[in-house]
Amino acid sequence: MSSDKAVTLRINGHDETATVPSHRTLLEALRGLGHVDVKCGCEKGDCGACAVLIDGEAVDSCLTLAHSAAGREITTLQGLGTPENLHPLQLSFSELGAAQCGYCTPGMIIASESLLRKNPSPSEDELRHALSGNPCRCTGYVKIFEAVNAAAEVMRNSGDPK
Amino acid sequence: MTVSDVNETQPNLRFSQIGKPLTRTDSPGKATGRTPYAGDYVMPGMLHAKVVRADIASARLKRLDVSKARALPGVVCVLTAQDMPDRTIATDIPGQTGRAKLKTDQQILVKERVRYFGEPLALIAAETPDIAEQARRLIEFELEPIPGVYDPEEAMKPGAPIVQGTDNIVATHKIRKGDLEAGFAAADVIIENTYITPFQEHAFLEPEVGLAWIDENEVITIRVCTQVIEHFRAVADAVGVPHNKLRVMGAMVGGGFGGKEDVTVETYLAILAQKTRKPVRLEFTREDSFLGHGKRHPIKLKYRTGVTRDGKITALDVQVLADAGAYVYLSPYVLLYCAVNAPGPYRVDNLNVFAQAVATNNMFSSAFRGFGGIQAAAAYEQQMDEAANAIGMDRIEFRRRNYLKTGDPISTGFVPPSAIWTEKCVDLAWQALGEPTPSKGPIKIGRGIAASQQSYGRLTFLHDTSEAWVGIEMDGTVTVRSGVTDIGAGQASSLAQIAAEIIGVTLPNVNVYNSDSQVTPLAGTSTASRALYMTGNAARLAAQAVRDRLAVVAAELLKAEPAQISMEFNQVFVTDDPSRAMDIADLVKVCASRGVHRSELAIFRAPFTDVLDPETGQGQAHPDYAYGAQAIEVAVDIETGEVTVLKCIAAHDVGQCINRAAVDGQIHGGTQNGLGYALSEEMLYKEGRLITPSFSEYLMPTAMDMPHVETIILESRSGLGPFGAKGIGEPAMTPVAPAVANAIADAIGVRVFEMPITPERIWRALEAARG
Repeated sequence: MSSDKAVTLRINGHDETATVPSHRTLLEALRGLGHVDVKCGCEKGDCGACAVLIDGEAVDSCLTLAHSAAGREITTLQGLGTPENLHPLQLSFSELGAAQCGYCTPGMIIASESLLRKNPSPSEDELRHALSGNPCRCTGYVKIFEAVNAAAEVMRNSGDPK
Repeated sequence: MTVSDVNETQPNLRFSQIGKPLTRTDSPGKATGRTPYAGDYVMPGMLHAKVVRADIASARLKRLDVSKARALPGVVCVLTAQDMPDRTIATDIPGQTGRAKLKTDQQILVKERVRYFGEPLALIAAETPDIAEQARRLIEFELEPIPGVYDPEEAMKPGAPIVQGTDNIVATHKIRKGDLEAGFAAADVIIENTYITPFQEHAFLEPEVGLAWIDENEVITIRVCTQVIEHFRAVADAVGVPHNKLRVMGAMVGGGFGGKEDVTVETYLAILAQKTRKPVRLEFTREDSFLGHGKRHPIKLKYRTGVTRDGKITALDVQVLADAGAYVYLSPYVLLYCAVNAPGPYRVDNLNVFAQAVATNNMFSSAFRGFGGIQAAAAYEQQMDEAANAIGMDRIEFRRRNYLKTGDPISTGFVPPSAIWTEKCVDLAWQALGEPTPSKGPIKIGRGIAASQQSYGRLTFLHDTSEAWVGIEMDGTVTVRSGVTDIGAGQASSLAQIAAEIIGVTLPNVNVYNSDSQVTPLAGTSTASRALYMTGNAARLAAQAVRDRLAVVAAELLKAEPAQISMEFNQVFVTDDPSRAMDIADLVKVCASRGVHRSELAIFRAPFTDVLDPETGQGQAHPDYAYGAQAIEVAVDIETGEVTVLKCIAAHDVGQCINRAAVDGQIHGGTQNGLGYALSEEMLYKEGRLITPSFSEYLMPTAMDMPHVETIILESRSGLGPFGAKGIGEPAMTPVAPAVANAIADAIGVRVFEMPITPERIWRALEAARG
């Protein structure tokens, strides 16, 4: 077993130091630092509940080593917006009933955000494809699609590509 | 409300909160990642636990050596059955008062006999997860394989290996009414088919997890994701402490579907906390989760239906054989649901149902959304199509001639007290399919319909009750306290809406404290589509009592009669003269100064009955039933067997929506569960060993697979829930799979009698039909 080494991670705009062995995943490191909005569902890259943005791209943090994320911009769901200043996806997921048990929600919103940054007007196929690594057992995806489309429209109209 | 009061054309009563698609109170926290789940709680100095599992399904434990693991630095505790020789855990459903418990106590860790693949052998608690994992690898065990049995039919044969009891039969139910022989004699055609339904995994996204500690009053306290905090009694008995010294606290649950209805991690956590006297956290891996909780029962259903040429069912004989797996768990109850629902929403006066659940060395089966009713629906609705085909009658017309109608008795002779709107649901769903999509080359289009009957509320012989407390504060905000667990369907939010509606405050002014076995009033389980029905009624009663007391004081202050008082949007006013008004907060302050009681603890009781007649199955099994229908259009590629669901319509009489968005959500999710059940979800076992323990092998519908789901919501306002609501959690899923099966059969002209209807099974059925 390897020994612990310090790594500085830039999380939601702030530098934080994790002292973890080299085999520690980013998921474990983030949760260890208290970022429990990053959910653990399978630790195999099958469920996407642990997705975070790394330099704007959705990545399963369970398949990423913590040390490999040093120096990169990591964004979790909480980094997208706050209750006082909701991200359009957070608002639409909340108001349109796209979160039921809510456990897939962090990964689902991160995957949606990653898509909308690259493609502000996704087709239905593009949306489905982008969320295909994020299984949800509660919603049947219907309201999730509605919420992403609603947020995409708001984001397009606001001219803010965030 | 009685059936005669149902006015089918009556618009909704005027509600300010009820029936609206309001943002659920739990939504903002979930959408911003602020909601803590059970796995998010940590404590200083907490230990990390692991479960060591058997890797053979049927074996004798010859040797279990934990000495190396115990010697590893950082390991605090390793426990085997030797450390707790007298301990067992009951797996019967909790909270019931109406009858004796099932004899289902079982070993917590393997003493000698391993009965299923993954059965726990040892528990580890260590200072870090890494050390716990290292210790797991240091545990040496030797399992001597002994002959197992993996098929219920084999398990019933003389000389079969015995898994449970003396003959492996863990439950038998019979339902008999009318004259079966006379019924078949009156038939023009007799249709006989066998339908096979598979194991199903709940696949909630949040694996089982909990944190246990011993508090300042020596109470073993467990924060856990569960549908049922009232297992605190069984866990207390298992670890040998009084019931008031074990506390189970829930959290927002990351999905349940019945998979968190039984005890999962609680017993292990209680034992380890008790032994180590330190906080202990145990989180199942996804593989643990596949191996660690019971599945949907695979059931073989043999249907024999007698039908006249003019489309009347004259007799029905149903033989049910369920695979209970290695332990009893809830098999007797699941089987009873299957038996009671065997004819579905159809009137069958000459009926025989014989149902058995049999133990094998497969994974134990237990609760799953639909709870036996789904397996029955999978069979009865396919059989309805087969029968219609056999007499050459349109399948909708054939159903129409046999529907149960409001006031008709179901299989057990019981007359549901609410409306039965099956016909309306079927007709609306079928019409909503619209113009058929044309077939093209090898792509064949087919359509299917399925109607369903599913109970809401627990079995009435369990004498179910639920409590809720409602109080109003000096600033006009309202608190609801109730033990109900919130498993993602908006259970807590709906209580808030009910209290808001009755007391007349806005939804953000209500807060719900829930899911604590020692602090919140016990509300029973979030299972059996009962939470809204039972706890919603308790909250309604409590809120009404508070409102009534406030109204008396308001009437005096506003110089009116209590009956003339309205409360809405944080205001109290005279109904006919809204200018005579005051803030509710001001009213509460006056009430407080006068010592008026501003809170109420209410209990709601379901109907209490005796068990069904053991020979005839006649009597009342459930409080009431919900009825709905699913219409599906599929495209089947007959060259590859691939199925695409093109259209998907769900029509349900929900009695009364409390939150329209939440109702739609239940139906959308139930549809996803049902489509997976019908088409792709397959737990493959090889001699009891699960070979599909991950989401890359066990395939539930993804965003790529799900069709758009159109919901048609009917409100008969006749249910037993608050404001006439029925349950929708389970009913949402019940008709989905048979509608898919019927659509596929319609598309390709042959029926696949075994689910899931995979491309391979379709291809084989087509090959067989081609000869």
